Amino acid sequence: MQQTFFFQAMIYLAAAVIMVPIAKRLGLGSVLGYLVAGIIIGPACLKFIGTEGQDIMHFAEFGVVMMLFVIGLELEPSRLWRMRKNIAGLGGLQVGLTSIVVAGLAILFQVGWKEAIALGMIVAMSSTAIVMQTLDEKGWLKTVAGQSSFAVLLFQDLAIIPMLALFPLLADHLPAGEAHGASHETLVSGLPAWIQAIVVLSSVAVVIVTGKYLLRPVFRLMAKTGMREMFTATALLLVVGIAVLMTSVGLSPALGAFVAGVVLANSEYRHELESSIDPFKGLLLGLFFISVGTSIDFPLIMSKPLTVLGLVTGFMVIKMAVLFGLGKTFEVRNAQNFIFSFGLCQIGEFAFVLLSFSAQQGVLTKETTDTMMAVVAISMALTPLVMMLNEKLILPGLCSMADGTEVQKVSDVEEEDNPVIIAGYGHFGNTIGRFLRANNVTATVLDNDSDNVDFLRRMGLKVYYGDATRYELLEIAGANKAQIIIIAISDEEKRLEMIETIKKHFPNLYILVRSTNRNDAYDLMNAGMMHIYRETFDTSLRVGIDALKLLGHRAHEATRSAKTFFIHDERTLKHLSSIRNEQEYVNAVREHIEELELIMQADRDATDIRSLGGWDRKAEVEEGVEKG
Amino acid sequence: MAKVLIQFAHPTLSKSSIQKTLETYCRKVKGVTFNDLYEYYPDLYIDVKREQKLLSQHDIIIFQHPFYWYSSPPILKQWQDLVLEYNWAYGPEGNALAGKQMLNAISCGGGREAYKETGYNRFPVTQFLLPFNQTAHLCKMEYLPPFVVHETYNMSEDMINSYGENYARVLQSLVNEEFQPIHYQDVEYINELTPVPSFSH
Repeated sequence: MQQTFFFQAMIYLAAAVIMVPIAKRLGLGSVLGYLVAGIIIGPACLKFIGTEGQDIMHFAEFGVVMMLFVIGLELEPSRLWRMRKNIAGLGGLQVGLTSIVVAGLAILFQVGWKEAIALGMIVAMSSTAIVMQTLDEKGWLKTVAGQSSFAVLLFQDLAIIPMLALFPLLADHLPAGEAHGASHETLVSGLPAWIQAIVVLSSVAVVIVTGKYLLRPVFRLMAKTGMREMFTATALLLVVGIAVLMTSVGLSPALGAFVAGVVLANSEYRHELESSIDPFKGLLLGLFFISVGTSIDFPLIMSKPLTVLGLVTGFMVIKMAVLFGLGKTFEVRNAQNFIFSFGLCQIGEFAFVLLSFSAQQGVLTKETTDTMMAVVAISMALTPLVMMLNEKLILPGLCSMADGTEVQKVSDVEEEDNPVIIAGYGHFGNTIGRFLRANNVTATVLDNDSDNVDFLRRMGLKVYYGDATRYELLEIAGANKAQIIIIAISDEEKRLEMIETIKKHFPNLYILVRSTNRNDAYDLMNAGMMHIYRETFDTSLRVGIDALKLLGHRAHEATRSAKTFFIHDERTLKHLSSIRNEQEYVNAVREHIEELELIMQADRDATDIRSLGGWDRKAEVEEGVEKG
Repeated sequence: MAKVLIQFAHPTLSKSSIQKTLETYCRKVKGVTFNDLYEYYPDLYIDVKREQKLLSQHDIIIFQHPFYWYSSPPILKQWQDLVLEYNWAYGPEGNALAGKQMLNAISCGGGREAYKETGYNRFPVTQFLLPFNQTAHLCKMEYLPPFVVHETYNMSEDMINSYGENYARVLQSLVNEEFQPIHYQDVEYINELTPVPSFSH
């Protein structure tokens, strides 16, 4: 028994270890590597793995649960709320329109209307695993296409719940198995609908409340033990626990994990959790892709190649067309729209669930489901190829993307031990870098804009590509040995993320941070920052000085006045940042404006002692005292 | 115990060995506050309130600086212009500094011989320092003989350290209030009151 287990594990791992690097080297992405590995070790080729590939696939689907947990961690509730239009609109329309079009065509091809509706819904699903993994690998998650894809996938996750409820109503054929398939037997299935609803809602509430109030003390306790594996175990327990809870009340475990992730997105343990779950997520997803590869039923495909290939092409083209149209409506720009619609055109892993469920419920015939299983698997396997075609053939023509020929790595930083790290090398960062260089101070530069990195490298600068908010990247960039880190990236949220990571893991670094404006500076001060640089403040004052000069003011007096203003403003900023109460804040602002007016007034009258100091000679002259 | 405030002014300290040594030695003396003006006010924007507070808290004020063009680097002049306010430092109600003592601690490239009537600088150092002397007087302070290091170019490491030692002893004596007014009458430089044995001259 053990031997078979180890043998199987060895086969899977070996296949992955061999195929994935090859695929990556060829620029095909890891997903395709896993899929090909699965095909090779599966029944079609080397026959190491037989039909048990299916069971492994169910197990490996847990990788999707973990993936959604991690995605949730990166998505704060406020950002999720901002995406509501895309999730409901884009996602809802995609599922709705695709289902209707596919069902309509199926009816034209003489399929019964009930079966047609079921097929439509199944085909509407896309693969969260493949799409998110690929987008992440290419660093496109934060792009418009990435965000839109995610919104659609999230809606599909939600939609699967009513679909599972709807399928029994579509049953036309005699159930192939039991009325309730074993895998969908839940604790609440025997109860009346309203109790079911209450149970479902309260279990989601349990996840939210637990995440918000109970987990932080638990994680703090685990972190205190100082044993990393305990933290990992807790994180795993959390995700597995949620999956069990959700499955037992008939909800999608992926959705539950996502909710838990979102709830924890604001906690200080977010990055720890992410890095604990990440390796498991990656391996399980890999396993999942391999098992999709092994499950492709080649004999069936060979028996009716035209039907299968016709269906695959037909479904993918329909999905693509619907997505493209929606993308246009929702203002996804041209190149981004291609990424969006090509990326989501496959039929996803939820289709497997829905297909086996519909077979049990007697919605679809065994023949249909078998054919569809093959169609789904092939469409998933084709996705990386389709996306690559898009990247090589279509995008270069549109040329608003980074040169798509190059597969971007997560980071390419080498070990560095410069005293300064500059994160973000745009207009802001590169002035700092040039100035330091002019003073023979070497800096390690990180930037996550691949175009910029390419350009600067061509200019002969040592600039590295990577997301500077990642702990691993900072460590490799030499954060342990450096003295100063300059955060010059433009994204406010990323800056706060980075500060959190640095304070936790590299407390010895001086942090110098760019800020957008006053409000952003308050946030940074509340995050404990001492060295904050408002990006437009100094420049505005310089403009003010020149304006005064052009109006005939003496240059030195204008310059000193600006300095007085600067010091006063910095002090006000510190005071205001400590005030949280809103009314108190308004009063304080008013007070400071009055004070500022006073000071500026005093600056204008040449009698002000504060600004003139010993230069004030009025009193001396009046009293006839001689100095010098 | 007297409290000593050193108002230090050097725009390029990283390139000066004698002033760096003097700094190291004086920082070791207890009861001495070292106020690095160029470090606090790199753009010559002086915090008048802070400076006046510092002055109030000390009994002896030392202007330590290189002797540039027979005077101090510009920040000290700026400091005087802004900090020594009318009716604070001088004038009918300006008694904030009354009774305190003041002196210069300077390093000059030229030798002591050059600062003689027959030398190429024609006047003694104390004459060049007359503006400081009179400023102290107007502010009702007592002006003490300066601490002077001559021939700072090509000075041996040992010699530099001897001056450091010498300076530290002067400061220590000032803190301990060991000098009497009568002592000052006999010397041109305050250095001479606490000679260091290893001096070659």
